[in-house]
Amino acid sequence: MLSDSDRIFTNLYGAHDWHLAGARTRGAWDGTSELIAKGHDWVVEQMKESGLRGRGGAGFPTGLKWSFMPKEPDPRRPNYLIVNADESEPGTCKDRDVMRHDPHILIEGCLLAAFAMRANAGYIYIRGEFFREAQNLQTAIDEAYEAGLIGKNASGSGWDFDLYVHRGAGAYICGEETGLLESLEGKPGRPRLKPPFPAGAGLYGCPSTVNNVETIAVVPAILKRGAEWFSGLGRPKNVGTKLFCISGHVNQPCNVEEEMGIPLRELIDKHAGGVRGGWDNLLAVIPGGASVPMLPKSICDDVLMDFDSLMAEKSGLGTAAVIVMDKSTDVIEAIARLSHFYMHESCGQCTPCREGTGWVYRLMQRLVKGDASVEEIDLLWDVVGQIEGSTICALGDAAAWPIQGLIRHFRSEMEQRILARQGIPSGADAPRAA
Amino acid sequence: MNAGSKNFVFSPENMVRAKAHMAKYPEGRQASAVLALLDLAQRQNGGWVSREAMAHIAELLDMAEIRVYEVATFYTMVNLQPVGKYLIQLCRTTPCWLCGSDDLRNVCKDVLGIGVGESTEDGMFTLIEVECLGACVNAPMAQINDDFYEDLSAARMKEILEMLRRGEQPPTGSQTGRQTSAPATGATTLTDAGNA
Repeated sequence: MLSDSDRIFTNLYGAHDWHLAGARTRGAWDGTSELIAKGHDWVVEQMKESGLRGRGGAGFPTGLKWSFMPKEPDPRRPNYLIVNADESEPGTCKDRDVMRHDPHILIEGCLLAAFAMRANAGYIYIRGEFFREAQNLQTAIDEAYEAGLIGKNASGSGWDFDLYVHRGAGAYICGEETGLLESLEGKPGRPRLKPPFPAGAGLYGCPSTVNNVETIAVVPAILKRGAEWFSGLGRPKNVGTKLFCISGHVNQPCNVEEEMGIPLRELIDKHAGGVRGGWDNLLAVIPGGASVPMLPKSICDDVLMDFDSLMAEKSGLGTAAVIVMDKSTDVIEAIARLSHFYMHESCGQCTPCREGTGWVYRLMQRLVKGDASVEEIDLLWDVVGQIEGSTICALGDAAAWPIQGLIRHFRSEMEQRILARQGIPSGADAPRAA
Repeated sequence: MNAGSKNFVFSPENMVRAKAHMAKYPEGRQASAVLALLDLAQRQNGGWVSREAMAHIAELLDMAEIRVYEVATFYTMVNLQPVGKYLIQLCRTTPCWLCGSDDLRNVCKDVLGIGVGESTEDGMFTLIEVECLGACVNAPMAQINDDFYEDLSAARMKEILEMLRRGEQPPTGSQTGRQTSAPATGATTLTDAGNA
């Protein structure tokens, strides 16, 4: 288990003062200008060496992403830092805790990241429903301006940096980085075709980098404690600490910061009080937020919680939002709910996603009742495979993956429900085409 | 979209706020403030945005009115019809559903005597179901106006509705007294000396 001395989010639960004075006692804003004095490229190199991979779901190497930004910005096309605080992936509620309980480490991270990528302005795009969190964040930004930590000559570093909070208004798709940029420009959050990538043409057509809240919030700790410290935690290529959100059928649902690569079972047993009714009562876990395929108990028994281990099991770490389902769960309904989510959140610009997510939900509703033919499970598999990869953004993929996880691991349950409704005892041959 | 309301202009206080939002963005990029101004208009207008308000915003931001409508109809938090004094948004997505969000919906319907998507006749409550609100380790939960009510049970939901009806402000956040997102039995981390 990670020791408290290696934890970055030392006010995760809001037990202490989140204002500037309290944050300073926990080390925030300590030596920030000395770090900046080491130069833009030093910061980027440190981030590369730390091995940090983006915490928003995709796991792209952060230092590498920053290095794509122009090194000599054109004054007419300035570089921008954008922080993605549109936390909306079902199961995920970690960035919320950072913003309401430790906003200063995020703001300090914004300054360091913006300096590294030669940006003089940053926007934090926070989901509109996080009204109180946005208030705390704005208060903390005001405190930082007041203390000279950001603004002109931020922290006495010679670097100018302005930081703004931008509230969304209820749209999951704005968590997709180019949907977010569209929204930030005052438009519906419809994702853009890539390329160009945001580092080439992002906000207002200017070079931009979009990073998740947690990614930016760990930057000060990495630079202060050293890239080696961070890369020494976790497993190769899956390093550092990670905020996990454990929800659903556990005895003590919670957020917790742990080491990357912690076994799923240890994570649940040590921090979340175990599965309701004991480990053997476990049915399945969605390990990384709604968009990643679920895993049955047999895989949960010993899978490790990191990008590569979960990918090897045809799932993913995603946002590290662990949704636990015990044996009382109607697993088909659990996934049908997610299908409703994707149908509701599809922005509508790509036909496979707009039409496909609704089609999938309607079939899933029938599958919940067993009101379908067994062949329709194959049809469902085929259709989600056609949504996957054929849309501008990954929402189409995200709608497909939970269905694929369900069919991969719980097909027999789906078939049994169909047969039961038709009055055919389980074990009998499935009826052919309806 | 409800067109039947009278002229809308921002109050002097809200005009100051609107200008402050517009100043966050570079010259010529004031359209970026459209969500912020829609939110201000909604608050000033009792919880919803009229077409007149959108026209006012379009003028302020130098946007075509249709662009403001397009934005207003895209985002779920912009209400285009009047809503009750208390807008109850029940989270329906899987993590909350696993923890009993259906019970919350049922008790709301029973206590308020309305269905999902409806408002009480006295204009006090509007009940809607929404997708994941991002407080999943405190499921099931609901948002009422600006605040989250977490770790709910049907019984507690009923009490909250009754308090609101009496004009009382229920405590926000966890309804079981736990510390935010920590395990209810006490934190398993951040317990070292100096951190506790």
